[in-house]
Amino acid sequence: MRADLDIIYDWVPQGARILDLACGDGVLLEALAKHKNVSGYGLEIDPDGITGCVKRGVNVIEHNLDDGLSSFSDNSYDQVIMTQALQALRRPDKMLDEMLRVAEEGIITFPNFAYWRHRVHLGLRGYMPVSKSLPHAWFDTPNIHLSTFNDFEHLCRDKGLIIVDRAVGVGDHRGHWTSRLWPNLFGEIAIFRVRRRTT
Amino acid sequence: MQFMPDSYTEAAGTHSASTLPADSVGVITPEIAHFDTPLSLACGKVLPEYDLVYETYGTLNAERSNAVLICHALSGHHHAAGYHSRDDRKPGWWDAHIGPGKSIDTNHFFVVSLNNLGGCHGSTGPLSHNPETGRQWGPDFPMITVSDWVESQVRLADYLSIERWAAAVGGSLGGMQVLQWSLAYPERIANAVVIAATPRLSAQNIAFNEVARQAIRSDPDFHAGWYGEHDTVPKRGLKLARMVGHITYLSEDAMGSKFGRDLRSNDLNFGFDVEFQVESYLRHQGDTFSTTFDANTYLLMTKALDYFDPAAIYGGDLSRALAPAQCPFLVMSFTSDWRFPPSRSRELVDALIHAGKPVSFASIDSPFGHDAFLLPDERYHAMFSAFMQRAARELNLDTQANKEVTS
Repeated sequence: MRADLDIIYDWVPQGARILDLACGDGVLLEALAKHKNVSGYGLEIDPDGITGCVKRGVNVIEHNLDDGLSSFSDNSYDQVIMTQALQALRRPDKMLDEMLRVAEEGIITFPNFAYWRHRVHLGLRGYMPVSKSLPHAWFDTPNIHLSTFNDFEHLCRDKGLIIVDRAVGVGDHRGHWTSRLWPNLFGEIAIFRVRRRTT
Repeated sequence: MQFMPDSYTEAAGTHSASTLPADSVGVITPEIAHFDTPLSLACGKVLPEYDLVYETYGTLNAERSNAVLICHALSGHHHAAGYHSRDDRKPGWWDAHIGPGKSIDTNHFFVVSLNNLGGCHGSTGPLSHNPETGRQWGPDFPMITVSDWVESQVRLADYLSIERWAAAVGGSLGGMQVLQWSLAYPERIANAVVIAATPRLSAQNIAFNEVARQAIRSDPDFHAGWYGEHDTVPKRGLKLARMVGHITYLSEDAMGSKFGRDLRSNDLNFGFDVEFQVESYLRHQGDTFSTTFDANTYLLMTKALDYFDPAAIYGGDLSRALAPAQCPFLVMSFTSDWRFPPSRSRELVDALIHAGKPVSFASIDSPFGHDAFLLPDERYHAMFSAFMQRAARELNLDTQANKEVTS
């Protein structure tokens, strides 16, 4: 599994009911169902991903995340997970609200634009970064809302959310000590676990 | 009555020589099951006895666990796959999806396809003899609902000693029967595939059905449904009904790209004969249908569509109606279908989600409107077969097939 999925796997409690937004071919949901007795649905828009889910026996709903989560009622899940999709949404902030309407806790991963390699691309060489986590050229990228580790933390603070956990992935691995110390600089993938304050 | 499925004819390719395609289930002979036990119907009447004509493809395994039920749509019938003779020009209406290596893979599954009660292709219906009066049933044939069909299909399952279907599968009105199975007999289906269907008809759907019915009923040859005794057929009415129906099966784009504004000849005639190609096509479809389909059956089937609404007894709450369902669902719709558009399938999917049922949903990009469910399509096939293969795997059918191959 991808580094971010590996970390998320550990953050999902046994027997949880979850939604996996942009679930890809369902590899995370399959592992969670098999080993942690987790149930729920994946949402995906890519035809190959959807077929992949069905092959694995993962429940998948073809759905455009920009249309919101109106099919899901308030507090109907334990966790909502969204990996590597935040940056491609029309309104990432609204989706964060939606996720934390449907569940008390959300897990979000996205490419950290402030990763040092990205900074080198832009700051020194003067080009939009192209990397493993940002593989597209500027003209055909689906990523319309790039942000940094710090930016996201800021948004969570503005929304009054509790950051339960944060981690970074670098390449296919969990980040080592440098990225834990300076995640905004050394983390390639930002991974957040956030919770709304109970009123 | 000769088999001639409506627009279905275009779904399947034709074959030229007397050799059948390698991925065909081959030459098929329909069978008839007779039932003596009276069937109580939703309308309050009782059908004392009846026949169901059906076909099977593939081989039933020793555990009788690999049977798949095919439920047909408005003008469908039991002949879903294969050929009735080597000289048949066209295969059954769902040949694109039933056969070795196809979406419903007959290497794994034993497929059962029947003609529903009230039909006109061999099962007891308005054309049959009424044992109580000695006349043809005609318009006296009781109104049949989707749940009545499922009851009769349960008896067919019992007759074939099939305790539990590996899957029940259907498109359009067939999908409604699958839905009804999952509610009424959840322990008797292991998987449900509901394609291009809806949990209930919209006012517009019912309106189109009513136009079709009025076309038939106002034909002077209809004779209040006793046309058989008058040696007539309400052909004009049936033709009109079919023409209206056919418009709703195709998308605007499909019609546009197929016919555009093409004329049959170069000049305008300033008259009311056929001028545009689309007129010619519709008239041909209507003419063919009017000689091969029974008017009373058409009336009855459209009513079954109108009446279907499993949520009605729960105050419209579909997710409550779905509470008894147990099996995984695959729901598919087609983007250009305006008869039962993706939003109607999504209604069903959302209710299943609310009820916490296992469901997967895909909206297949297709220009062919409602008819797309009959046609081959790469993504449709990929989804359909992925779901069926997983079903086979979970029921341990693929290992059995492998065993048969190796032994």
